[in-house]
Amino acid sequence: MDRLLQLLSENSSLTTAELSMILGEPEDYIAAQIKEYEKSGIIRGYRAVVNWDAVPESGVVALIELKVAPQLQKGFDEFAESLLGYDEVESVYLMAGAYDLLLTVKGRTIQDVSAFVAKQLAAMNGILSTATHFMLKRYKENGVSLVDIDKKDRREMVL
Amino acid sequence: MNYTDKLTESIQTVRPSGIRRFFDIVNEMDDVISLSVGEPDFQTPWHVREAGIRSLEKGRTWYTPNRGFKELREEITKFYSRKYNISYDPLTEVVVTVGGSEAIDIAIRCMAAAGDEVLIPQPSFVCYEPLTIMAGATPVIIETKAEDNFRLTAQQLEEKITDKTKLLILPFPNNPTGAIMERADLEAIAQVIRKHDLMVLSDEIYSELTYNGKKHVSIAEIDGMRERTVVINGFSKAYAMTGWRLGYALGPAGIIEMVTKLHQYCIMSAPTTAQYAAIEALKNGDDDIKMMCEQYDMRRRLVVGTLNDMGLDCFTPEGAFYAFPCIRSTGLNSEDFCTRLLQSKHVALVPGSAFGESGEGYARLSYSYSIKHLKEALKLIKEFISEL
Repeated sequence: MDRLLQLLSENSSLTTAELSMILGEPEDYIAAQIKEYEKSGIIRGYRAVVNWDAVPESGVVALIELKVAPQLQKGFDEFAESLLGYDEVESVYLMAGAYDLLLTVKGRTIQDVSAFVAKQLAAMNGILSTATHFMLKRYKENGVSLVDIDKKDRREMVL
Repeated sequence: MNYTDKLTESIQTVRPSGIRRFFDIVNEMDDVISLSVGEPDFQTPWHVREAGIRSLEKGRTWYTPNRGFKELREEITKFYSRKYNISYDPLTEVVVTVGGSEAIDIAIRCMAAAGDEVLIPQPSFVCYEPLTIMAGATPVIIETKAEDNFRLTAQQLEEKITDKTKLLILPFPNNPTGAIMERADLEAIAQVIRKHDLMVLSDEIYSELTYNGKKHVSIAEIDGMRERTVVINGFSKAYAMTGWRLGYALGPAGIIEMVTKLHQYCIMSAPTTAQYAAIEALKNGDDDIKMMCEQYDMRRRLVVGTLNDMGLDCFTPEGAFYAFPCIRSTGLNSEDFCTRLLQSKHVALVPGSAFGESGEGYARLSYSYSIKHLKEALKLIKEFISEL
């Protein structure tokens, strides 16, 4: 895998000077490479990995399975794209298996999410069924463990 | 009771490790940002741990043959032939030991005794000198120099040889300097060794961790040197298996037979579970080594680049996972530099002087830590220097 992307995906706060040292490439080359990734849409943004479970009143998240009637020629794309504009919708995936689309939806309360599903989502043309799963606890997100299991450096000075 | 006359002169002559002394202070403090540990930060690869676990589940908890499992010895010899182009007979030329450390100890004890001199290049790992003293032999220190890239030169070697010299310790890739020896360097050394009819103990524990595209070369591969070399290696550094305590010695049958005899009497056999895990490591662990080595390499460049940028002249290490910056520009000696850095910024390095007098003026910084951790520590070192 591309080492630059790997490094940035693990630690987006690395400066171009640091990346240049780490990868042994000139700094302007690194800067150009990052610009290229940003321009081509491979890098979409930089953000902190937040453990929302630790933030009081940060709201609730539900995973919603959708069965959708595919459209001629367009399949699921047009329907999926029509979901992107909703602030409540955090992510949208097309899936293989028992259902078609998987959404993660965020709301302030369970009632908010329920209202969104019942009044907005279920009412959309082409929806065949929905199944809503509320998330209870996060253990790991985006490759980062959110529970503090044995973080201590247990290595000893022995000699 | 006074035990002075109850204890041997040798053990009382041996100085306590300088690393330990410094770390008694570190252990008293909380919130220390350490760059001092001499072992991988990676965990043993899962498939290797699993092999150990499976052996326990099956109840394989007995001693192994004294030399180690035959299958393990076969994999070790395959490893040396595939990686370093030297072939050994798994039946007579390998012994599996408790870490490389045991192998160093028993090999020295088999080859040097009272009246013999053992040549030890320094800065180097702290065990060679005490173990030589405990064997009754006399350590003779050769100080490697920054201007020689901390390599051992044939001339330095020649100058220290007397008619009592028996053995040269060759600790490369080197802890703490990160220096390596390339083929041409080894050929020059080998010429002197053959001329004076000496033996070499080549400690190659960091052999898999080399950078800049420079693959490790073992002196045993040089013409006429296989018969004069005992190679020490192990699983700790390459496979992140320090706690398993498993190493080995390779050499001509006439020497390994004797080393095995001593091993048999003092240890019997190396840990059984670790041997099962090590077989899996050698069979399927090449990709793990590659992954870890690439990570160390990135950290190495970050650390060396940042140290040089802040004005600490840092030799470019080409092996192991240590940087060895010169701290003379600060006007402090090694111990003061490290103590003051620890007290004012809570960052722990190891004073270079812990690795021999020639390490004075340097500090050892391990980059066996995450990039995030290294960045934080380097930032504090920079602050410390600018406030001096």
